[in-house]
Amino acid sequence: MSMEFLIASAIGALTWAGIYLSLRGRTFPVVLGVTMLSYAINLFLFAIGRLKVGAPPIFSEEAATYTDPLPQALVLTAIVISFGMSALVVVLSLRTFLETGTDQVDGEPDPAIDPLDGDRDEWIKRRNAHRIDMLGETRP
Amino acid sequence: MHLVLIAVLPFIGCLLLAASGRLSRNAQTLVALTPVLAGLWLLGGTAPEILSGSVQAFRAEWVPALDLAFSLRLDGLAFLFTGLILGIGLLIVIYARFYLPGDEALGRFLALLLLFQGAMVGISLSGNILLLLVFWEMTSLSSFLLIGFRSGKAEGRQGARMALAVTGGGGLALIAGLLLLGHIAGTYELGALLARGETIQASPLYPAALVLILLGCFTKSAQFPFHFWLPHAMAAPTPVSAYLHSATMVKAGVFLMARLWPVLAGTEAWFYLVATTGLVTMLLAAVIGFFKQDLKGILAYSTVSHLGLMTMLLGFGTPGAAMAALFHLLNHALFKAALFMNAGIVDHEAGTRDIRKLGGLATLMPITATLGIVAAASMAGLPPLGGFLSKEMMLEEAVHTVWSGQDWLLPMLAVLAAAFSVAYSLRYIFHLYLGPKRESYPAKPHDPPLGLWAPSALLVALTVLVGLAPNTFTHALMVPAIDAVTGGRAPTFHPALWHGLTPALGMSVVAVAAGAFLLWRHTGLQRGWDVANLPDGKALFESLIEHLVDAARVVSDAIHNGSLQRQLAVLFALAIALGAYGMIQGGYTPGTHETLPAHPVAIVAWLLLLSGIAAVLVAQQQRFLTLVFISVIGLVVSLAFVYLSAPDLALTQISVETVTILLMLLALNLLPKKPSRLSSMPLRLRDALIGLAGGGAVGFAAWAVMTREPNDPISTYHWENSVSGGGGHNVVNVTLVDFRGFDTFGEITVLGIAALTIFAMLQPAARGAAGQRLRAWIAELPRSPERHPMMFAVAARVLLPLATIVAIYIFLRGHNAPGGGFIAGLVASIAMLVQYMASGFEWTDARRRIDEHLLIGLGVTIAALTGLGSLVFGAPLFTSAFGHFHLPLLGDFELASAMAFDVGVGMTVIGAVMLALAELSHIAVRANKEETGTKAVDAGPMDIDPARLRETKGETPA
Repeated sequence: MSMEFLIASAIGALTWAGIYLSLRGRTFPVVLGVTMLSYAINLFLFAIGRLKVGAPPIFSEEAATYTDPLPQALVLTAIVISFGMSALVVVLSLRTFLETGTDQVDGEPDPAIDPLDGDRDEWIKRRNAHRIDMLGETRP
Repeated sequence: MHLVLIAVLPFIGCLLLAASGRLSRNAQTLVALTPVLAGLWLLGGTAPEILSGSVQAFRAEWVPALDLAFSLRLDGLAFLFTGLILGIGLLIVIYARFYLPGDEALGRFLALLLLFQGAMVGISLSGNILLLLVFWEMTSLSSFLLIGFRSGKAEGRQGARMALAVTGGGGLALIAGLLLLGHIAGTYELGALLARGETIQASPLYPAALVLILLGCFTKSAQFPFHFWLPHAMAAPTPVSAYLHSATMVKAGVFLMARLWPVLAGTEAWFYLVATTGLVTMLLAAVIGFFKQDLKGILAYSTVSHLGLMTMLLGFGTPGAAMAALFHLLNHALFKAALFMNAGIVDHEAGTRDIRKLGGLATLMPITATLGIVAAASMAGLPPLGGFLSKEMMLEEAVHTVWSGQDWLLPMLAVLAAAFSVAYSLRYIFHLYLGPKRESYPAKPHDPPLGLWAPSALLVALTVLVGLAPNTFTHALMVPAIDAVTGGRAPTFHPALWHGLTPALGMSVVAVAAGAFLLWRHTGLQRGWDVANLPDGKALFESLIEHLVDAARVVSDAIHNGSLQRQLAVLFALAIALGAYGMIQGGYTPGTHETLPAHPVAIVAWLLLLSGIAAVLVAQQQRFLTLVFISVIGLVVSLAFVYLSAPDLALTQISVETVTILLMLLALNLLPKKPSRLSSMPLRLRDALIGLAGGGAVGFAAWAVMTREPNDPISTYHWENSVSGGGGHNVVNVTLVDFRGFDTFGEITVLGIAALTIFAMLQPAARGAAGQRLRAWIAELPRSPERHPMMFAVAARVLLPLATIVAIYIFLRGHNAPGGGFIAGLVASIAMLVQYMASGFEWTDARRRIDEHLLIGLGVTIAALTGLGSLVFGAPLFTSAFGHFHLPLLGDFELASAMAFDVGVGMTVIGAVMLALAELSHIAVRANKEETGTKAVDAGPMDIDPARLRETKGETPA
C-alpha cells in the first residue's frame, strides 16, 4: 500500500460520505456533509502539490527538496474559509429551524410540527399565494 | 482636454446637485445651469475647427485587455448631436424650475436630468464603441429613474419598468452586436472602424451583427414593434418627456444608426430591415396618434412616427436620404421639444391634458397658443417652417426609392403617413386652441410666467428662422454633420422653401389636403377607431411577460421545488456526468511518479479515518455522537498534514477543528438532538449510489494527480524569492502575506462578512416566532448542575495568559517557521472562548474591552492599508518591504511590512470567530431577556466562588 493510495481513498471516502450526508432531509446532516466535503476538497487541493515526507516548505540553502508551498497556502486559507462557511450554514439552519419550527429541507411539510397538519396541497397553495409578477404587482 | 471636460461636466453637476438638497430652488437651478452653460461654451470653442471639417479626439487607456479605452471623438455629427443635447438641456432646466410644483424635489430631479445628460453626451462623444455601450446603458438606467420620478403613481412605475425592460433588452442585443462588429473590424475605436466598411459588409458575421445592433437602435428609438413603451413613458413629468422623448434619448437609436451608417448601410439587408421598419412605424404611429385624446399621447405617437421617418431615410442607404434624415433630426428636435413644453403648459394652466375637455384656448392664453400653433404647423410640415423643408426632402427621396420592384409603394405610403401627420398636427391646433370656447375648464386657463413659455419660444423662433432662411442658420452646422455620415458623398445641401414644381411639392399639397379632410371627418373616424378596439401594445407586452414568468415558474418549480435534496442531487449528478464525460474524452494512462510507501502508523490512521466516517453515518440519529466521530476525522486529517510536510496546515486544521466542533455543539444545543429518520430506503440507496459515483471519481482523480510528475509548478518562483523578495523563510506564510497577499485580503474580507452575516441572522432571532420558540424551549434545555465548575474556571484563567503568549509566539515566528496570523488568531480565540465556557457568557462578556465588529473592521482595514502602502512607494499593490534590526537583549530580528498585514489577518480571524460563537452561545438567554427583562443569570465567574463564600460567612481574608 502506498501513501498515495491511502490519501486518494480517504478523499474518495470523505467525498462519498459528504455527498450522501448532503442529500439528507434535515439540516444537521447537511452541515456534517458540507464539513466532510471540505475535508475532502482541502486534502485534494493539498495533494495537487504531491506528497512528500520530511520536507516542509521552510526555506534554507541546504534543503535538497521541498513540498510545493503554493497549494499549502491556498489550503490554509481554504480551511479558515470553510470554517466561515460551516458556521454560516449552521447558523442559517438554526435560524430556519427557529423561524419555521422544522429542520427539514426536503420540501415536505413536517408532520410533527407543521401547523397545517401535513396537508401538502394547502401548503403549496399557501406558498404560491403571493406571486409577484415581473412588473412588481402582486397577483391573487 | 476640452472634450473630457464636456463629457465630465454633467456628471460633476449631477454630484453637486445631489449634495444640494438644502439650497433654494433658484440656487439649485443655478447649480444645474452652470455645467450645461460651461459645456455649451466649451463646445462653442471647438466650433471653428469642427465646422471646418476636422475631428478632435482624446484617448486614455481604460481596460487595454478588452480594447476598452476612454476615447472621445468630436466630429460634425457628434457636434450637432451634442449641441442639441446641451442646448435643449439648458432650456429644459429652466422650464423644469418653473414646471415642477414646490413640493417636488427639484434638486433630485435636476441631478437625474444631468446624469442623463452626461450619459447622452457620452454616447454622442464616444470614440470607442465599448465606451459607447457603457453610456448607452447609463441612459437606460437614468431614464428609468426619470420616468419613474413620481414613484408614488402606479402608471409612472409601470411606464418606467416597461421602458427599462424594452430598452434594456435592446441594450443587451446591442452589446452583442457591437462586440461582433468590433470583432469583425478588428478594432473598437470608432475612427478606425468607420474606415473598414468593406471588411465589415463582406464578413459572414455581418447579418448577425446588423440585426443585433438594429435591435438595440429600434428599441431605443421606439420603432415598431417596440414602439409601445414610449407613450407609456409619458407618465414622466413633462420636462422629462420634452427632453428624453423628443430631442435626445429616443434619438440615440437614430444617432447610432447614423454613426454606423458608413459601415452598415448600403446593403440589401440594411435597406429592407431599416427602411421597412421605419416606414411601418411612421405610418402606424401617425394613424394611432391621430386618435389619441391625451395631448402628450398625441405627441408621443407623433414622435414615434417622426423617428420612423428618420429611420426610413437612413434605411434608404443613399447619401441624399441620410442628409434628409439628419436635417429632420434637427428640425424635429426643435419643434417637438417646443410642443412638449407647450402641452405641459396647457396641463399646468388648464388642469387637464385631455383634448376632449379643451378647446378655444387661443383667446385665453394667447402666447401659449401662438407658440403651440407655430410648432404644430412645423410638425405638420407647413411652409415656411423648418419641418416643411425636411419633410419635402423626405418625400423627394421617397419618390426615387423603389421597394421590392414596386416604385409606387413608398411614395404612396409616405404621403399617407404625411397626411395623418398633418391631421394630428391640425387637430392639436384646432381642437386645442381654436374652435369655440368652453363653458368651464378644470382650471382657469391663462398664460404662464415667462420662465415657462420662454424656453419654448426660443425653439419656436428657431424653427421659424430655419424655415425662412435655412442656409443662413443651418448650413454651417449641417454640412459637417452630413459629411461625417456620408463621407462627403451627399448632394449639395441647399434647403429652400421653393424648389419649383417638383413631385414632392405635389405630394405635400395632397398630404395637407388629405390631412384637412381627415380632421373634418374626425368625429366619425374616432368612433370607428374606438369600436375597432385594436390590440394595445402595453397589454400585449404584459401578457407576454406574464407568459414568460409562468414558463420560468414551471422550470424553476421543477428544479427548485423547495427540496434541497432534489437541487443538490441534480447538481451532484450533473457534476459527476460532466467529470465522467471529461474522463471518457481524455482517457487514462497510469502516472510515472514514484509512490511513497505507507508507514504502518499511517495505515492505522487511515483505518481510524474510515471507521470515523462509518461511525458518523451509522450514528446519524444521535447527533452528539456524530460530532465526536467527526472530530476524529478532523484529527486524522491534521495528522496527515503533519506527516506530509505541511506543519502550517496541521496547526490551522487542528485549531479550526476545535472551533468548528464548539460551534456545532452550541448550535446542536438548540437543534433537535435525536430526530426521526426521514428518507426511505430506496432514496437512501439512490443517494449512496450518487455518493459512490462522486466519491469514486474524486478519489480516482486524486490518485491520478498524485501519481503524475508535477508539471513545472510556479512555486519554484515562490521558493527562490521567499527570502530575497519576501524576507521570510516560511514560504507558505510569505505566499499568504506577500506573493498572494491580495488573495488573502479577499479571504479575510469574506471571513469578516460571514461573521457579520451570522450576527445579522442571529441578532433578530430572539424576537418574533423564533424568539417565542426559544423561550418555550428554555425550560426543557438540559442544564448541568455544575455549569461553571471551579476547577475549570480556575484552569481557564491560568490558561489565558499562557495561550496568549503561545499565540503571540506563533504569530512572531510565522514568517520564518510554521505559524502566522491565521493560526495565531485561532489560538487566541480559543483561549478566549475557553473563558466563555468556563464562566458563562454574561460574566465573561462584561469583561471584554474590544468590540468584535471593530476588530473585524480594524483587521481588514489594517490589511488593506498595508497593501495600499506599497503604492505610496511606487511598488505594485501588496508588495512588502522588510529590514533587519538589532535590539539589545533580543538580538537580530526582522521586521517586514507583511507583519502588519498579518496583524490584520489575525485580528479579523479573532473578531470573526468570537463574533460567530459569542452570538450563537447566548441566543437563548437573550430571547428570555427580551421578554422578561431579567438580568444576567451568571453573577459570578464560577458556581462556587471561594471569595464569595467567605464574604457571606462574614470572614475576612487572612
